Amino acid sequence: MLELYEKTAIELGELLRTRQVASVEVTRSMLARIEATEEKLHSFVTVTPELALEMAAEADRRISAGTAGPLTGIPIAIKDNMCVKGLRASCASRILANFVAPYDATVVRRIRDAGMVILGTTNMDEFAMGSSTETSYWGPTRNPWHLDMIPGGSSGGSAASVAAGQAVVSLGSDTGGSIRLPASFCSVTGIKPTYGSVSRYGLVAYASSLDQIGPIARDATDLALMLNLLCGHDPMDSTSVPMEHPDFTSFLGKPIKGMTLGLPREFYSHLDDPDVSRVMADARKVFEGLGVSFVELSLPHLDYGIAAYYIIAPSEASSNLARYDGVKYGHRAENFDGMIDMYCRTRAEGFGAEVKRRIMLGTYALSSGYYDAYYLKAAKIRTLITEDFKSAFQTCDAILCPVAPTPPFKIGEKIDDPIQMYLTDVFTIPVNMAGLPGMSIPGGFSSTGLPVGLQLIAPHFAESRLVQLASAFQAETDHHLKRPPL
Amino acid sequence: MEYEAVIGLEVHAQLLTDSKAFCSCTTRFGAEPNSNTCPICQGMPGTLPVLNRKALEYTVRMALACNCTINEISRFARKNYYYPDLPKNYQISQYELPVAEHGWVEIETAEGVRRIGLTRIHMEEDAGKLIHDEDRPVSYVDLNRTGVPLIEIVSEPEIRTPEEAAEYLRALRAILVYLDVCDGNMQEGSFRCDANVSVRPVGQKSLGVKTEVKNMNSFRNVQRALQYEIDRQTEALRNGEPIVQETRLFDPTTGTTASMRSKEQAHDYRYFPDPDLLPLRVDPELVERIGRDLPELPSEKKRRFVEQFGIPPYDAAVLTASRELAAYFERTLELFPKPKAVSNWIMTELMRQLKGEEAGLASCAVKPEQLADLLKLIDAGTISGKIAKAVFEEMCSTGGDPAEIINRKGLVQISDSEALTELVRKVLDDNRGEVEKYLAGKDKLFGFFVGQVMKASKGKANPQLVNDLLVQELRARSRF
Repeated sequence: MLELYEKTAIELGELLRTRQVASVEVTRSMLARIEATEEKLHSFVTVTPELALEMAAEADRRISAGTAGPLTGIPIAIKDNMCVKGLRASCASRILANFVAPYDATVVRRIRDAGMVILGTTNMDEFAMGSSTETSYWGPTRNPWHLDMIPGGSSGGSAASVAAGQAVVSLGSDTGGSIRLPASFCSVTGIKPTYGSVSRYGLVAYASSLDQIGPIARDATDLALMLNLLCGHDPMDSTSVPMEHPDFTSFLGKPIKGMTLGLPREFYSHLDDPDVSRVMADARKVFEGLGVSFVELSLPHLDYGIAAYYIIAPSEASSNLARYDGVKYGHRAENFDGMIDMYCRTRAEGFGAEVKRRIMLGTYALSSGYYDAYYLKAAKIRTLITEDFKSAFQTCDAILCPVAPTPPFKIGEKIDDPIQMYLTDVFTIPVNMAGLPGMSIPGGFSSTGLPVGLQLIAPHFAESRLVQLASAFQAETDHHLKRPPL
Repeated sequence: MEYEAVIGLEVHAQLLTDSKAFCSCTTRFGAEPNSNTCPICQGMPGTLPVLNRKALEYTVRMALACNCTINEISRFARKNYYYPDLPKNYQISQYELPVAEHGWVEIETAEGVRRIGLTRIHMEEDAGKLIHDEDRPVSYVDLNRTGVPLIEIVSEPEIRTPEEAAEYLRALRAILVYLDVCDGNMQEGSFRCDANVSVRPVGQKSLGVKTEVKNMNSFRNVQRALQYEIDRQTEALRNGEPIVQETRLFDPTTGTTASMRSKEQAHDYRYFPDPDLLPLRVDPELVERIGRDLPELPSEKKRRFVEQFGIPPYDAAVLTASRELAAYFERTLELFPKPKAVSNWIMTELMRQLKGEEAGLASCAVKPEQLADLLKLIDAGTISGKIAKAVFEEMCSTGGDPAEIINRKGLVQISDSEALTELVRKVLDDNRGEVEKYLAGKDKLFGFFVGQVMKASKGKANPQLVNDLLVQELRARSRF
């Protein structure tokens, strides 16, 4: 018999609505699990037991009153870069270490409206800049499958908490792979929706044209429930797309026979890890068994993806992070001599090395005389990559590729080698550049038992197709059912 | 060698929208510091801007009135610089693709009407205000003004003299105020101006090195600052000294400009397209609708007043300075169709009254209907012009009807020649000495007799009749 914290949202929802269990019990189970495992994992920046139990009690009242929705009473963890009114939103940075959000992000409002239970905020790379959750001011999160390993990043805490049964589902944000990479490294299911599908209002910006909020869950079913909740137009976000989204749960269990998956040559030519190659080959067999055909294709500008990303994202970041200056909120240096010195000391003390590196990169790229050579050129590459995907989708319904070139690596292994760290995102970054939806699903394990994820990429606003493919794949496999030995 | 100045002006005009450019906070002036703010205009983490459609409409209205081309697609850009009154440390503005370009406005110059080209009009958000503590080295930030919509109107470097610059600013302000898109208040900063000035030998095509002059908060100061700067640069060139490209601040107490920062110290604003705002598409139908609804502009109205009513261009300029005043004139004229008489009364008596009144025309007790009534009474000879002025003052302070005031105060003009003849005779009898001198040839004394009769009648005598009767009576006395 599974403990409550091991169950999925769809299972818990059934138990809650049939009154076999109360949300307060479920929440207590999660809080106990956090209590038991958090010292090892460090998935959270802030755990909010009182708020959670209060929300759970309210959820139970709604269930009794018959006004509950499918996610009412389900505990969720939220990445520390989203605003929950009254809670700290530190972005895992010293500069916002004492910042309490004065308003709710649109996704948080939706979570409250749905009657979900907020457990706390999850650890991340500082300002979502990183692939390992090691740049957090609060210290790294550990991979639940192997405590010496990184959980992936930047939404490492969100993925680790779901993998470890600390949360049923969680919210992450993905600018260059920050949902998909940790989902892959922690063997959970995560999706970065199409840019514009989920409101960014209340998500502390890293790179505004690339950032997108998405859910992390144990399987495609829970992910579909979360997409139903999160997707939709928000008048507070000008880049939010005014369109009707389908009921994503209606794509669960739908056959995928006759679909075509594309295999981009450029992705596979980068692969030299035997575990990842084996997992990809196994996945192909599963899909073929489900009646899916495969087509090789080319995305010729993919190789420029990382270079262009590391112009665009830092450029936007250099401007987005300018507001952290010690004037209005957050950290302010104690000793300073005049205004400029206050700015300099505050920011020198408040930001970590990786954030500073990206601010400097972006400031340089946007400076007078360099703009055309860097930012403008990167923007053109971005257009070319988008065009590449567009023509690729002429011949396939979705693309299948790895999430990362390797399984999870050791804590400390790449933290001093930014280029190696950046290359972790070689398969995920192009998806953000093109604004496409991309999903990470558990694909198996390495010879040493470390998770390896699969990435599925669909055309704009075809999240439903990803749900359909993932659901079909998970019906045939049990990778997503395995739990880490904590 | 003769030198000429080349001046280009950048005008910032605050738009009269109810709410801010990118959030729903009120734009009301004079509230408690930081009370008109929200997480968005406070620059809180995670907030996003959403454009106020009214601000766009106002911008398009001004752009069309200035004969600009509206760009169907324009872009918001971030202008990055650190300052405590700018909570995001970037200003949302427009850079490469402004809303409107290639316009012009007409100005009056000594050589007649001239067109000054507009390079562009773009939208941006205002910054907040710093309040410096007088006793301690502390500054306070008030973000009430942060995010108030502005338009920046950039002229071509086609202005040649400080007078033209002032004339250009007056023309721009008149249009803005006519369109109800800006209140044009320079003191409160809702209409601000920076100038780019250079000097070159007459006949030279290429431009000289320019300086940017800031801190001019009245038309007069714009003229003073520009004149100083032109003289300074001309003097330097005459002495063979180079002009340094820099930003200079005008000091209104000394009437001089002083260097604020050099080109090397100039900000690198690192403009780039704002990823939080999609490219701005201006619907051509919206442009057409706004164009259709544009009111008659000051220059058109002025031209029409001269042509239609035959009043002097000077009168027309004064009367069209505001839309309300022009409407007042036209309404009065409908009731009393003597343009020059109406114009004279508005330009002298009415405007004198308005000068003392903060609220201006809107709160003036004398409406066009009453003014027309008064003018009719003068025209009919019921009262003299002089009495009318007193009546008008009374009307302004009490809001009364002219006929009623005249009756109540017994101000009806004496046009009864028998009564007046008696008065004239009495004055002449009482001033025999002066009469003798007059008859002996001292003609100037005629005015004295008129004055005495008017005084004796308490100003009510019909002046024309007094004249006639005096001539008649004096002639009669010369025969004896």
